[in-house]
Amino acid sequence: MTTTLLNADKIRLDGRKLDELRPVKIDVGVIKNADGSALIEFGKNKIIAAVYGPKEVHPRHLTKPDRAIVKCRYHMTPFSTDTRKNPSFSRREIEISKVIRQALEPAIILEDYPRSSIEVYMEVLQSDGGSRCAALSAASVALADAGINMRDLVAGCAAGKIGGEIVLDIDDTEDKEGEADMPTAIMPSLGLVTLFQLDGKLSESEFQKTFEFAIKGCMKVYQIQREALMNKYFGQSEPMQESTE
Amino acid sequence: MSSVKRKYVVPGDVVAEGDFRPVAHVTQHGNKFISTRVGMAEVGQEGVRVIPLSGPYIPRVDDLVIGQIVDYSAFAWDVDINSPFFGVLPAQSVFGREYSPADESLSSKFAIGDHLTCKIMSFDRTRDPLVTVSGPGLGKVEKGEIVKISPTKVPRLIGKKGLMIKSIETATNTRLAIGQNGIVVTLGPSAGVEMVRRAIRLIEEEAHLADLGSKVQALFTASESATN
Repeated sequence: MTTTLLNADKIRLDGRKLDELRPVKIDVGVIKNADGSALIEFGKNKIIAAVYGPKEVHPRHLTKPDRAIVKCRYHMTPFSTDTRKNPSFSRREIEISKVIRQALEPAIILEDYPRSSIEVYMEVLQSDGGSRCAALSAASVALADAGINMRDLVAGCAAGKIGGEIVLDIDDTEDKEGEADMPTAIMPSLGLVTLFQLDGKLSESEFQKTFEFAIKGCMKVYQIQREALMNKYFGQSEPMQESTE
Repeated sequence: MSSVKRKYVVPGDVVAEGDFRPVAHVTQHGNKFISTRVGMAEVGQEGVRVIPLSGPYIPRVDDLVIGQIVDYSAFAWDVDINSPFFGVLPAQSVFGREYSPADESLSSKFAIGDHLTCKIMSFDRTRDPLVTVSGPGLGKVEKGEIVKISPTKVPRLIGKKGLMIKSIETATNTRLAIGQNGIVVTLGPSAGVEMVRRAIRLIEEEAHLADLGSKVQALFTASESATN
């Protein structure tokens, strides 16, 4: 059985155009107990990210004398999928935790916090494809909210190929029925890629185009991240111009 | 100082381009200065800096901090100073040079849970901060109530030349001891302590805005007229 992912006018199943992102919304500071937190709604995805630290490392022997270590936990709640998901860590969740950690590490200035650990928890409340990029984007906002020194925010977005066309921001059905999925994350101001995966087959020109699409998506996510942080910290206010100290 | 231009930034934002000196919370990439925090960016005579609006307390030598004893060994107390790093208070700095664990026990002086006003003696990235309680105004906190504020907002709570503390103290009839780590000990009648709590909450929420002094004053007059 196959689903038709694109109609004759090249409109996708959920009514989006080829280069259209799902609606994205980020709330900052949703968890009072954490040092920093964010809730992202990326289409039907709902993910909470919380950051604790920097704090002392447990177990002790993992301590790095010259920098902080990052611990990442990406987890899907049993009710996040249409059939119940086993709450224990799957192979997939372990992998995503690792790639998100590796995508965040270059952005955090780890040398500023020697002998400490920064813990990032991402809990998927509802999932609909592209959740690793959404979780990563939320985590980077939560890190900024926690006041940890960062070189840049990290913004993630996937692109891919469905029904022979290159599209931006693949959702769950498109991921399962489509031909390729390319989750990408970048540090937008520095122009560096920190996460890049590709599942499927693409020709060289298709690869180029998909990558460009993904970067475009990341930049859109980045704008939303910035607005969310600005909104939480400054609202509509204008910066004061006199000195305070 | 009044010519300093301010703008709001998040991590990754370019604060300034050109030939400047990085002062605080910026990284340099070529001739670009990039903010590492959420806060207010300033480009002035002394260089480029960002005043952060959130974040942990990072100890600095000579800071006055208020901490809590969490543990002790034969030679030192561990002090929680609301930071990623624990303060270390060596027994020798309390009992004197001749301290021997055979003669004196650390628990006779400070117990776990005690609050201390202390000063950061030394701190660098290789070792935990050393603190001391010898000095005027330092030592065990005997009474008072602990109120917390985000460590990045402590300068605004103190105000220019301590103006803000003074105005809060006179208006609420309390005494405040403010640690740079965001722990505040308030001493005074319970109504006053409650007012201090509200003033601190206001400062916490509006630390990035101008005219905090008059806003805090307005808070006090409003509550005064409410009680009358």
